[in-house]
Amino acid sequence: MTALAERVRWAPRLATGPAAGTWIALGLVVLLAAAIVTARGGDYLTQANLLNMLSRTTALGIVAVGQTIAILAGSLDLSVAYLIGLTSLIAAEVMAGDPAMIVPGVLAVLAASALVGLVNGLVITKLQVNAFIATLGVGLVIKGILESRYEGPAGSVPVLFQRLGYDRIGPIPVAVLLMLAVAGAAALFLHRTRAGHHVYAVGGNVEVARLSGVPTTRTTVLAHVICSLCAGVAGLYLASRLGAGAPYVGTDGGYDLESIAAVVLGGTVLAGGRGGVSGTVAGVLLLAVLDNLFDQLVLDAFFKASCAAP
Amino acid sequence: MRTLRDRVGAAAPVFGVLLLLLVAIAVVNPNFLEPASLLAYLKRAAPLAILAVGQYFVIVSGEFDLSVGSLVTVQVVVAARLIDGDESATVPVIVLLIGLGLLVGLVNGLITTRLHVPSFVTTLGMLLVLSGAVFLWTGGAPRGSLSESFREPGRQGIDIPGFGQVPWSALILIAVAAGAAVLMRSAWGHTLVATGDNDRAAALAGVPVERVRTTAFVLSALAATVAAILLGGFAGVSAQVGEGLEFSAITAVVLGGVVLGGGRGSVLAALAGALVLEALFTLLNLLGVSGALESTVQGVIIIAAVAYAARRAGRRRRPPAVPEPSPQPA
Amino acid sequence: MKRSMVLATGAVLLLATACTSDVPPGGAAPTAAPGTSAPPAATQFFDQAEHDRQLALRDEAAEGPADQPWVQMLEPEMVDTAQYATQGPHNVCFSNASVDNPWRQVGWTTMQAEVDLHRDEIANFTALDAGASDDKQISDIQQLVGGDCDALIVSPNTTATLTPAVEAACGQLPVIVFDRGVDTDCPVTFIHPVGGYAFGATAAEFLADQVGQGGKVLALRVLPGVDVLENRWAAAERIFAARGVDVVGVEFTENDTATAKSVVSDYLQREGQINGIWMDDGTAAVAALEAFEDAGQPLPAISGEDQQQFLEKWQAEGLTAQAPTYPTFQWRTAVIAALQILRGEQVPSEWILPQPTITSENLDQYLQPGLPPLHYALCGCQQMPDFPARWGA
Repeated sequence: MTALAERVRWAPRLATGPAAGTWIALGLVVLLAAAIVTARGGDYLTQANLLNMLSRTTALGIVAVGQTIAILAGSLDLSVAYLIGLTSLIAAEVMAGDPAMIVPGVLAVLAASALVGLVNGLVITKLQVNAFIATLGVGLVIKGILESRYEGPAGSVPVLFQRLGYDRIGPIPVAVLLMLAVAGAAALFLHRTRAGHHVYAVGGNVEVARLSGVPTTRTTVLAHVICSLCAGVAGLYLASRLGAGAPYVGTDGGYDLESIAAVVLGGTVLAGGRGGVSGTVAGVLLLAVLDNLFDQLVLDAFFKASCAAP
Repeated sequence: MRTLRDRVGAAAPVFGVLLLLLVAIAVVNPNFLEPASLLAYLKRAAPLAILAVGQYFVIVSGEFDLSVGSLVTVQVVVAARLIDGDESATVPVIVLLIGLGLLVGLVNGLITTRLHVPSFVTTLGMLLVLSGAVFLWTGGAPRGSLSESFREPGRQGIDIPGFGQVPWSALILIAVAAGAAVLMRSAWGHTLVATGDNDRAAALAGVPVERVRTTAFVLSALAATVAAILLGGFAGVSAQVGEGLEFSAITAVVLGGVVLGGGRGSVLAALAGALVLEALFTLLNLLGVSGALESTVQGVIIIAAVAYAARRAGRRRRPPAVPEPSPQPA
Repeated sequence: MKRSMVLATGAVLLLATACTSDVPPGGAAPTAAPGTSAPPAATQFFDQAEHDRQLALRDEAAEGPADQPWVQMLEPEMVDTAQYATQGPHNVCFSNASVDNPWRQVGWTTMQAEVDLHRDEIANFTALDAGASDDKQISDIQQLVGGDCDALIVSPNTTATLTPAVEAACGQLPVIVFDRGVDTDCPVTFIHPVGGYAFGATAAEFLADQVGQGGKVLALRVLPGVDVLENRWAAAERIFAARGVDVVGVEFTENDTATAKSVVSDYLQREGQINGIWMDDGTAAVAALEAFEDAGQPLPAISGEDQQQFLEKWQAEGLTAQAPTYPTFQWRTAVIAALQILRGEQVPSEWILPQPTITSENLDQYLQPGLPPLHYALCGCQQMPDFPARWGA
């Protein structure tokens, strides 16, 4: 039937460890939501509704995948929301409506995000600043740049690039595939590369990792670079969606705390070292399903109330 | 247990920075050194400083409290709706607010310690629940208004002949600071620090770790209640009154040299961290650094201060970003 | 590894199916003039022609019943809507930017009350709240367009960024936009009061009259980058400059009462005396005045808004004050316009509503006691059922 339902059916086979619980919870919540909405005379499993939920997960999903890697490495990143605003602006300004500038625009975004991740990682490792404060501080620095340079949406994204935000392949939005691709790449990185194993080692115990020869500094920095790159990709997606860059798109979306919440919901341990991307994807879907259900209940409630009165 | 040198060693930079900032403000605006101006500065800093004291208890015990900002908003909005301009309702409502504060702190503490949920997650959830609840309850717009007597502590002061007015906020801040300092010198204070330093060791030594931590959350929520009374008094009803206060309070505590992850730092230094933040805002304002770059300067200074403290503290182990959850029962 | 491969396989399978696009025909939104990237901040929000038009509109007489300003219109250019006429009852849908401030809450309450007045014509009123997120509002609009709506009302969160989604919706059903606009004229009607330039200019002219040349005025603003607010300040700045008013500071308060009060206290300390307070949004007006009271200074001339607690203080203290307004009654107009369109009646393509100014002379006419402190007086809701209880009294 639909991709979501399929994925829910795979869930028990897919997931092991702490992520399994989240996938099961997701399945239960979807069933519950469908039951509630159907009982109230609504139609839950419509293509439009499922699509809406899926496309709502995209930006948060991409950010949360990056956040997972930062958290697995025993760190976290509170600067992502501001970085998303900044990168959406970089994308829209470099592209300036010209399809030929799409590639330079994307590269500029990736370079800027990598730089921010590098700064986050270096401040944490070289200056010995706690990740909470380091990324909060870097976030404030970016906030100041946004506030002093921009007074609102700026730049413009060519139509060709907007297709990233609006196209669908069959029923599935391209952007959802992008999110899954990012998640897949992150999972490959974590489980198939030496650096990925180092992330778990550093997150588990820095001292033990260092003593067993893991390059701890490099690993932490790398985790932050990847986390920031994910935020940059989310910024690109949002720019394609909005047709322009917007300084507040990241903070209005609450991507900093929500991405952390999704990671934790997905069974990744906040102190680092345990968890994975699969759980995070389930966590993001779970948040989207709940959000959507709440929306439906609120509208329902209003029109029940307004129709019941004589 | 910390030695005296250890305590002062970690705390000294923040007092130095505070002094430096106050001197800088006085250079830009010589009026600042007049008692009235200094007291006005203390009055403005009081809510954040009290929140920082509350947050200190939680952080030094190895946890986080992200719910204080939304708790402040809830308290102010609830107070306005229940008092609704009625002077006689003031005292019962304040008692109710304290009860609400106790309850929120207790829930934070119990979920964190008994259900072994990381406090970052517990209090993040509490933040979302409180802001959602207040939104549903009010439909978004606060209703009612605060009575004059409710606003008295945040807005007025006592007149001392020949000197001028001493704001209640400043007096309350001094009382809170003194109380916190005494508490941290007591046996309970030592067990709190020991819990944050190494909860397994503390538990083995017979410290009731769960109860100590829960008490820390309750103290933080009570501090938020006091801050809410002062903020509501200072500026009246607003649905945004508590916005971002949790991050400011944590920043203040960390500026004071208190280590996230627990076990190190003094409560007066945390309080001084709040005074530093407030002085920084005042100075930037006086220098006419536009609102725009203010965040950038703040970000750089926070990182610099913590990096400097880390340098002084020497090459200790890098603390984890987020403390481990309370020990699971075996 | 395994699970990522399953996902990848799923993706490949899906790629095999048909390809669809929801990009609006004609594509990109914000009038993609090449090089629109970040024009200098000073001019970004100033449009001389629009400025002059709004200032002139202030003196224009509105068409329509004087006791129902929400259906009045200024210089209307009517368009035909016969193509949208359908048999009722209708499903009316609404994509709301947010209800995160008291102005929007009063508006939203008023809008729901208006819907209740039309039970016979509106079968369902479906509203989605984007919670101030552009991305969510785009999804909301797509969801509503994909659903069972006969007309779509949009109150955009941001002008430029909502344009593509609104353009896509225009192709499917009649769209009514109000409050902030979008960069396209595809909606059937765009409802808004006269505008920000008129608001800012009215307030600035009043203050310039009150403080005189060389008088000290402090400008309190909410935050940068909101076009309506930027226009208010752009117009005021010009008047203050022309009249020789000494603007001692322009500060952002983010509508936080504590920030506003602190900022004003700082300026009082630094300047010794301030003669006037100009505000681009009156939310924190009472807090600004309290700063004067607490400093033992006489209350200044002030421009606020039609907010209840400000009007009450104005009456109680006999303030030297004025309140240009951005009326919440436009939320009613949106529902009325939607129904007119679905009936096939003509509506103005740009529905410009009057923007009354509250002065000491007409204050009593607007101030109704007993409403919550953050109520907005120009809700046009005084005669609606359940007033004032529904508005929180």
